[in-house]
Amino acid sequence: MVLIFAETWNGTFKKSTFEAVQYGAQCAKSLGTEAVAVVFGAASEDLAALGAYGAQRVLHLTNASAFEPIAYGTALAALASQHHARLVVVSATANGKSLTPFVAGAWDAPAITNVLALPTSFAPLAVRRGAFSSKGLEDASATGDRAVVGLVPNSVGLGTVGTQTAAVEALETAATGKSTSVELHVASGKIPLPEAERVVSAGRGMKGPENWILIETLAQELNAGTACSKPVSDIGWRPHSEHVGQTGIQINPQLYIAIGISGAIQHLAGVSSSKTIVVINSDPEAPFFKAADYGVVGDAFEVVPKLTEALRAFHA
Amino acid sequence: MKILVCISHVPDTTSKIQFTADGAALDAQGIQFVINPHDEFGLTKALQMKEAGLATQVTALIVGDSSVEPTLRKALAIGADEAVRIDARPESGNQVAQWIAEYVQANPYELVLCGIESIDYNGGTVPGLLAHRMGAAFANACIGLELSGTNATVLREIDGGKEKLTASLPLVVAGKKGLVEESELRIPNMRGIMAARTKPLAVVAPSAVAAQVVSQRFEKPVGRTSVRLIDKDNLGELVRLLHEEAKVI
Repeated sequence: MVLIFAETWNGTFKKSTFEAVQYGAQCAKSLGTEAVAVVFGAASEDLAALGAYGAQRVLHLTNASAFEPIAYGTALAALASQHHARLVVVSATANGKSLTPFVAGAWDAPAITNVLALPTSFAPLAVRRGAFSSKGLEDASATGDRAVVGLVPNSVGLGTVGTQTAAVEALETAATGKSTSVELHVASGKIPLPEAERVVSAGRGMKGPENWILIETLAQELNAGTACSKPVSDIGWRPHSEHVGQTGIQINPQLYIAIGISGAIQHLAGVSSSKTIVVINSDPEAPFFKAADYGVVGDAFEVVPKLTEALRAFHA
Repeated sequence: MKILVCISHVPDTTSKIQFTADGAALDAQGIQFVINPHDEFGLTKALQMKEAGLATQVTALIVGDSSVEPTLRKALAIGADEAVRIDARPESGNQVAQWIAEYVQANPYELVLCGIESIDYNGGTVPGLLAHRMGAAFANACIGLELSGTNATVLREIDGGKEKLTASLPLVVAGKKGLVEESELRIPNMRGIMAARTKPLAVVAPSAVAAQVVSQRFEKPVGRTSVRLIDKDNLGELVRLLHEEAKVI
């Protein structure tokens, strides 16, 4: 059996969940076993629909309360142990990363995290993962016959979606946690960076936080998340949660547009695995151009509104 | 109360990463090693807590051979009271977590501050595995921490927002920027560097723990070869290329 943590947010599946279920289903196929998704707590979605992503069964832990890494991790470990699972697949979202070590610890299995691709072998499990903050790639293997895989969101992407449905079984979990969530602050209408397909990012070239309206307008037109460079978050123009780079959030969207960011090696480390990179900078010597697919040399205050206009015309 | 700060010894963020010809390991030639940037926030936080009277002692711990001692001495120079080096070259996060857990079992700490991940191998599993082995509460991606007696209030980063949670000690925190601000980070001064020379640095022998994950080979990602420049007055062309060539819009 391959178990997949089917993460929900406010009762609905996260986009990264579908990618993880498909990944788990492909592993299960190679292993000749079944793919089983695990859903925690109240869900407002039709859980059987995970069948379209390759899950044969869905285990619904109906009595699970709000996310808690130890409670969720040990519940997954208990299921993995009970069903003699070969793999547990967890998408490396904020909550996924938090619970992964507890699955590995309680199940006594190796955890391979930051995984970017399907396994190249299953006995032992061998996978390609990111290392040195995207400055390197590592082929790593697990010892033993079971493992927890932490899959980077957007790394393998979503393949064809089928029409099958999964069998849903309601279960209860007895796992308890050691912390209590008391408040959640989530900006509404914002796309979480790790799972954004498109990201518009800006640096000190924007001259001040008041000018971010240009970035936000462009992002809105692209249905993109917004990000920033480290200096911008350090001086407080934008929240730390938008800082992408080696010591910030590492992202790999389909499209990354960098505006007024020179392209220091620490920034590139966090974004270079984006599929397509567009750089807009007034300095033709900006190092970022060497790491870009498309470049526009020009003043952001002139180029960004024009690009927004051009996209509007395209979408119209 | 004593605070344990776990530190990794990693290449400086400006390092160009190269691997040995056989791809077996990092080529460390010419690389400057530093305290893992995520761990620096925990170290400063621990020192602030001590200054606020919430802790009596700050211990900095590292797992590594003798080559990592300058990094540990730097933590002492910044203000840690004592240092511990577990004398091993770890291959896998499970070993590091197990060794630290054994140290904590022999030398109890109520609060352990780690960084969310090391910027070299990017495993991100040690803090959680350590919490598991200690039977402690855990807060990942921690960007705020307050203590009141044995109760902790933690702010953590979640996808697209923040979560506030409460937990009782013992607690393991995996911190990042925000735990303290970048501007609050401390750098060693001359007095600190002098004092660090005489502060205690214990070397602990590791127990036998097998690596659960084994590195086979490293390589560099394929870089981009050439940028296609588009005239700033012809952005319709960029939109066309993004749609037709890159297929990302």
